[in-house]
Amino acid sequence: MSQQQSLYEKLGGEAAVNAAVDIFYRKVLSDDRISSFFEGVDMETQAAKQKSFLTMAFGGPHNYSGLDMRRGHAHLVERGLNDAHVDAVIEDLAATLRELNVGEDLIAQVAAIAESTRNDVLGR
Amino acid sequence: MVNIRYAKDNFELGENQSVLDCLTSRGVPVPFSCRSGVCQTCLMRATGGTPPESSQNGLKDTLKLQNYFLACICHPTADLEVAMPNDDDVQAVIPATVKSLKLLNSEIMHVELECHAPIEYRAGQFINLFRDRSLGRSYSLASVPHEDDHLHLHVRRLPQGRVSGWIHEELRPGETVEIRGPGGDCFYTPGNTEQGLVLIGTGSGLAPLYGIIRDALSQNHTGPIHLFHGSRDLNGLYLTGELRDLVERYSNFNYVPCLSGGDAPHGFAAGRADDVAFQQISNLKNWRMFLCGHPDMVIAARKKAFMAGASMKDIYADAFNVSQSS
Repeated sequence: MSQQQSLYEKLGGEAAVNAAVDIFYRKVLSDDRISSFFEGVDMETQAAKQKSFLTMAFGGPHNYSGLDMRRGHAHLVERGLNDAHVDAVIEDLAATLRELNVGEDLIAQVAAIAESTRNDVLGR
Repeated sequence: MVNIRYAKDNFELGENQSVLDCLTSRGVPVPFSCRSGVCQTCLMRATGGTPPESSQNGLKDTLKLQNYFLACICHPTADLEVAMPNDDDVQAVIPATVKSLKLLNSEIMHVELECHAPIEYRAGQFINLFRDRSLGRSYSLASVPHEDDHLHLHVRRLPQGRVSGWIHEELRPGETVEIRGPGGDCFYTPGNTEQGLVLIGTGSGLAPLYGIIRDALSQNHTGPIHLFHGSRDLNGLYLTGELRDLVERYSNFNYVPCLSGGDAPHGFAAGRADDVAFQQISNLKNWRMFLCGHPDMVIAARKKAFMAGASMKDIYADAFNVSQSS
């Protein structure tokens, strides 16, 4: 086993996710490019989903498979979810981490994990 | 050996097995997603026994206090009786005697009920009151356990309301009704007594808020408490005298009655309750919010409160949805 800290540990683990989730969700809701996908969605349920997403993107424990990602976003793909929307989410994610003074090298690693789900999220 | 009891079935919990795995492997359709204690899809409630603290990680305080837990990270060391979060039937129907009925304004009736069996509740939760076995409606509790002997409801008479109309027109003191509950997670949790509270209610949405405020004050909440109660005109407001008395008694309590239907006399704010609240307190970072009443107001105010800095975990809401069958 490596003695090196994992990305999740470097970012601060669950506490970091908790610090990020409200900031990230606010950015997403006020981002005109993607906010319409969140209209009429229960905010409480959505906040828990945002937390799951952040935990995964931070390299934390999760059991999501590519198939889960496809199923979870299929209804949004039908409504026109495309690459530009994924770009917006990854930008909002990076901006959230900058606001929390996370270093650019770690931000790049988080963005890379988020990026790795792109094809599954978009169902291709 | 630890047993998990669900809907009259007993399942033996395997070694290192989660409650979720135990139930799903035996065919119980518990919904789940992340299986790592984050997404809250597998939320369940312990109706017997106490779930381990670790299985409540990340849940709202009001859910923790009611023994909700996440099945995927729940590894109990003692027997647990569990239910799905919306299994109403786990609660018994309790008879209750109507002690008094009193109009609070032209359309809202104060209903006082004495339960025939003890009921454990928190001010701000709701009960279901039944006109008959198949016809019940949810009403919020304005009473405070330990302060009030009986349950207090504020029942607004709805046009063609089959339960509210019956309560207003036919129900009499001394009669016995059936209730079930409590439910809901819009209530005061002890701790963090210096945190500011903002409560916004429309119409009979004042009922849970009146309970929550008195509960917080009786538990020595020291932070500022701001109540914004809204109605179209003066006739829609009620308990104004009682609330002004509370303002006299508690320096940290502030009451702003709001009128949305035009000019407001001295002592009243003009505008909708949520608009007035967000004008007066524009930065809601670190505030605890309680939103009750008209669903449109509750949904809009929840988003506004969150965007104005309130944390999701600090926003408690109860939308009064009107039954489609009235």
